[in-house]
Amino acid sequence: MSDAPDAAKPIPLPVKDAGPRGFLVSSAPHLASGATTQRIMFDVVIAMLPLLMVAIYMYRFSAIVLTVITVAGCLAAEALANKLRGRSLASLSDGSAIVTGMILAFSLPPAMAGGSKFYMAFIGGVVAIALGKAVFGGLGNNLFNPAMVGRAFLMICFPAVMAMWTPTAKMLPEETEELALSKGVEVSALTQADVDAITTATPLYQAAKVSEYVAKANAEPEKAEKYQQKANEIRDKMPGLWRLTIGNVGGCVGETSALLALICGLWLVFRGIADWRQPLALLVTVIVFALITNAINSERFAGPLYHLTSGALMFGAFFIATDYVGAPVNPWGRLIFGAGVGLLVMLIRVFGTYPEGFMFAILIMNSLTPLIERWTTPTPFGGHVEA
Amino acid sequence: MITALRERMSGLKSFQRGIHPPHRKKYSESVPIELFTPESNLLIPMSQHIGPPCKPTIKPREEVTYGQKIAEIDHPISAPIHATLAGKTAMIAVTLLPGPGGRRCDAVPIKLASDGEALPPDFLAQFLDRNWDSVEPTSYDPEEIIQKIRAGGLVGMGGATFPTYFKLKRNPDQPVDTIVLNGAECEPYLTADHRLMLECPEGIVCGLMLAKHAAGAQRAIIAIEENKPDAIEAMKKAAQGRPDVEVMVCAAKYPMGGERQLIPAVLKRVVPSAPKGLPLNVGVVVVNVSTAHGIARAVVKDLPFTHRVVTVTGLGVKKPGNFLTPIGTSFKELIETCAGGVTDQALKVLAGGPMMGPTVPSLDVPVTKGVGGITVMIDAETMHREEQPCIRCGRCIDNCPLYLSPTKIAHAVKHGDYDLANQYDMQACCECGCCAFVCPAQIPLAHYIRAGKNEWNHIQVQRKAANK
Ligand code: SF4
Ligand code: SF4
Repeated sequence: MSDAPDAAKPIPLPVKDAGPRGFLVSSAPHLASGATTQRIMFDVVIAMLPLLMVAIYMYRFSAIVLTVITVAGCLAAEALANKLRGRSLASLSDGSAIVTGMILAFSLPPAMAGGSKFYMAFIGGVVAIALGKAVFGGLGNNLFNPAMVGRAFLMICFPAVMAMWTPTAKMLPEETEELALSKGVEVSALTQADVDAITTATPLYQAAKVSEYVAKANAEPEKAEKYQQKANEIRDKMPGLWRLTIGNVGGCVGETSALLALICGLWLVFRGIADWRQPLALLVTVIVFALITNAINSERFAGPLYHLTSGALMFGAFFIATDYVGAPVNPWGRLIFGAGVGLLVMLIRVFGTYPEGFMFAILIMNSLTPLIERWTTPTPFGGHVEA
Repeated sequence: MITALRERMSGLKSFQRGIHPPHRKKYSESVPIELFTPESNLLIPMSQHIGPPCKPTIKPREEVTYGQKIAEIDHPISAPIHATLAGKTAMIAVTLLPGPGGRRCDAVPIKLASDGEALPPDFLAQFLDRNWDSVEPTSYDPEEIIQKIRAGGLVGMGGATFPTYFKLKRNPDQPVDTIVLNGAECEPYLTADHRLMLECPEGIVCGLMLAKHAAGAQRAIIAIEENKPDAIEAMKKAAQGRPDVEVMVCAAKYPMGGERQLIPAVLKRVVPSAPKGLPLNVGVVVVNVSTAHGIARAVVKDLPFTHRVVTVTGLGVKKPGNFLTPIGTSFKELIETCAGGVTDQALKVLAGGPMMGPTVPSLDVPVTKGVGGITVMIDAETMHREEQPCIRCGRCIDNCPLYLSPTKIAHAVKHGDYDLANQYDMQACCECGCCAFVCPAQIPLAHYIRAGKNEWNHIQVQRKAANK
C-alpha cells in the first residue's frame, strides 16, 4: 500500500535550486524561531519527568514498568502505521508517540503493572496510536486525544483492572487496611483484592459515596441517622487536603501530586508550549462549579480545593486539555474548550456514576472541537474583509 | 512571555502579537553611508512603482544629464523615472526585477559618461547636507509641494513603492490629521534608515514637515524602535523647534514598521482590513524615513529621486555597509565593488531583509526604488527544513499581528479552495511572515498565503474578462 496521492497542489514548493551559478530561490521569511515539533514534544516529556519521579517514589516499580510498556506500544503502532502507509519511519522521532504513551501510562492504575496484566497496557498504547491517530491520517489529523482513546478502550475491555486502586508505597500498613475498609458498603471487595494491589476506593469514589449517603439520608428520614453515620465514617477516613496536594493518596500513576502537576504545568505554560487558556478556563470552571454546589449543600458536595487537588484534574488541565490536536486552535475556542472540559468533569464527578470523568470530558469536547472552531473564527484586527 | 511583559511595563509604544526575530543589525549599523558610483552601465527598469510601467521619453543613443526625466506615464498611480547618472542611452532591454515571482520588465540602459562627469561634484556631501533648519514648510503652497513630489518621482521607499504624492494629496472626503514618520526599521539586518536618521536627521524632519503641510495634517509623529537610541537622540534634536512634532519610542518588535501595526502602536487607531481599508480611512499617512528625506530634496532643491541608501549585509558578503547607490546599478557591481563580493558560502541573495525580502536567482538585477537592502545569507543564518504536518499548535494564530488564522488560510490554498481561504480573510494578510517564522512544523505559511492571494487576483481578472 502506498501513500495516497496528496491533494491537488497548485502551488509549487517554495524551495528550488537555481543551479550552480545562481543562488537558492526560496520564499520569505528566511528566518525561523527554531521551534520544532520535536522540541515541543521533548519539552512536554521533560515536564512530565518530575511527575514520573514522584510516581516511582509512590508506586515503585509499577510506575516505570507501565510507562515503558505504553510508550513501547505507541511506538510500535506508529512504526507499523508508517510502514503500511509507505512513509518513512522518520516521524517516530518527532516524539509525539512518546508523549501519547506517557500520558496514557499516567492515566492508568499502577495495578495494571502487576502479574501478567501488563499486556493490557501494551494494547492500550497500540490502540491509542492505531485507533486514536493513525486511522485519521497521523499526527495533526486526529479528532480525539489518542491517549484518551487508548484509555477508553482499556476501560471497556478491562473495567475491573481499570477500577483498581493501589495505595502508595508510602502508606502505613494499618492505613492501607483502614482505607480498604473504607470502601464501606462492599466488605466482600477486600477478599477479591489482588495480591499486588489492594483494590479499594479512590478519594474521589469516597467523595461520591459521601454525597450519595447524604442524599439518601435526606430522602429517607427514618433511616437518616444510619446513613449520616456512614457518611461521617467515610468522611473521617478521606485523605486530608495536604495529602492530596502532595500526592500520597493512591490513584492512577500520574494523578498523585496535584501541586507538582501544577508546577510542571506552569513551567510548560511559561515555556510557551502549553496554552494558558485551556487550564485557566478549566480550573476557573471547576472552582466556580464547586463553590456553587458547596454553597448549596456543603455536606453533600466537596469544596473547590478538594476537587482541584484530587484525581486527574490538575494533571489533565495542563497536560491533556492543552494537547494541540484535539483542541481548537482559535484563542476563544480554547477558552471554551477548557471551560467545557471543566464543566463536564464536574458534572460527571458530582452527578455521574463514574467517580472521575476527565477522559469522557476530553473525548466529548474533542468531538465538539470542529463546531467550536466554526463559532470562534477570529475577526481580523481591522475587521473582516469587505466583499 | 517575559519580553511581552517587559514591553507592557516599559510604556513603549507597541501593538498586540507579533514576534521578536534576531536583530542582526550590528554588521552594518556603525558603518557610515558611502557613495557608490558604478563603472559599468546602468539598467533602469520602467516598472518601479505600483501601477502601470512608465514609457521611455528619450530615444536610444541620446545623451542624458544627471536627473533628466527619461520615462513617465499618464496615470495617477505612477511616478516618473530619471537618469540617475549622466551618460548615453541604448536600445531598450528587458531586465529581471528584484521582486517576488521573477517578474521582468523593460529597462533603459545608460552608458555612463566619462569619469567625474556622471554626477554633480560633492554629491555625498550635498545628499547628507544638514542645513535644513532655515526651511519654512508653510512658505510653500501645498499644491506646489505635491507637484514637486510628483515630479521628483518619489514612491514609498519602505518597499511598497506606492507613489508618495498620491498619498499626500489633500482629499476633502478623507482629511488627514496625523503624519507618521516610519523610522521603525523592524526588518532584521537592514540599517539604511538608521544611518540616514543619524547622518541627516534635519533633512528627514524637514521632509516630514513639508509632507504634513501638504497633507493638511495638524500633527507629526516620528516613530523609532528602542533599539536605535542614537537615532532617537538625533531625531529628537533635529525636531526641536519644529511645531507639532513628537518623537515616540516603540518596542523593538516585528513588524513594527508595518502601517497596520505602527498606527495602532502610536495612535491607538485601528486601520480597517486590507485590501479596501487604508491608513487614510483613519486620517493617517505613514511616510518612510528615506521618502521624507527625498521629499525635502525634491521640494526645496528640486532634485529628483535618483539615489537611495542601500544596506548590503549578511554573513555572505565580506564587507557589509550602507551605500548611497544610483537606481539601476546591478546588485553584482554593488556587492563586488563595495561589499567585497560574496563569500563562497553565500546561499541566497535577498532584495530586502530576511522577513519579507524576496530572493533573486542571480546578481544580474538592478537596484530599484523599493530596494532598501541586499542581504546575502549563508546556510547557517537561514532556515529551510522540510515541511511537516500542522500540529495545530496555534502559534501562527497567536503571533499573527492581524489576528488571522494562517494555518486555515494556508491549508485552504494548498487544496485550491480560494473561497474558503477568503472566508478566513486571506486578503487582509500583510505578508509579514510572522506565522511562518513561528511555525514549529516549518510550514511556509506566508508563501502559501501570498500564492493564494496572487492566484485569487488572477481568477478575479479572468472572471471579469469572461463576463465582458
Ligand atoms: S497571516 Fe499574513 S499577516 Fe498574519 S502573520 Fe502570516 S503573513 Fe503576517
Ligand atoms: S504554527 Fe504551524 S503547526 Fe502550529 S498551528 Fe500554525 S501551521 Fe499548524
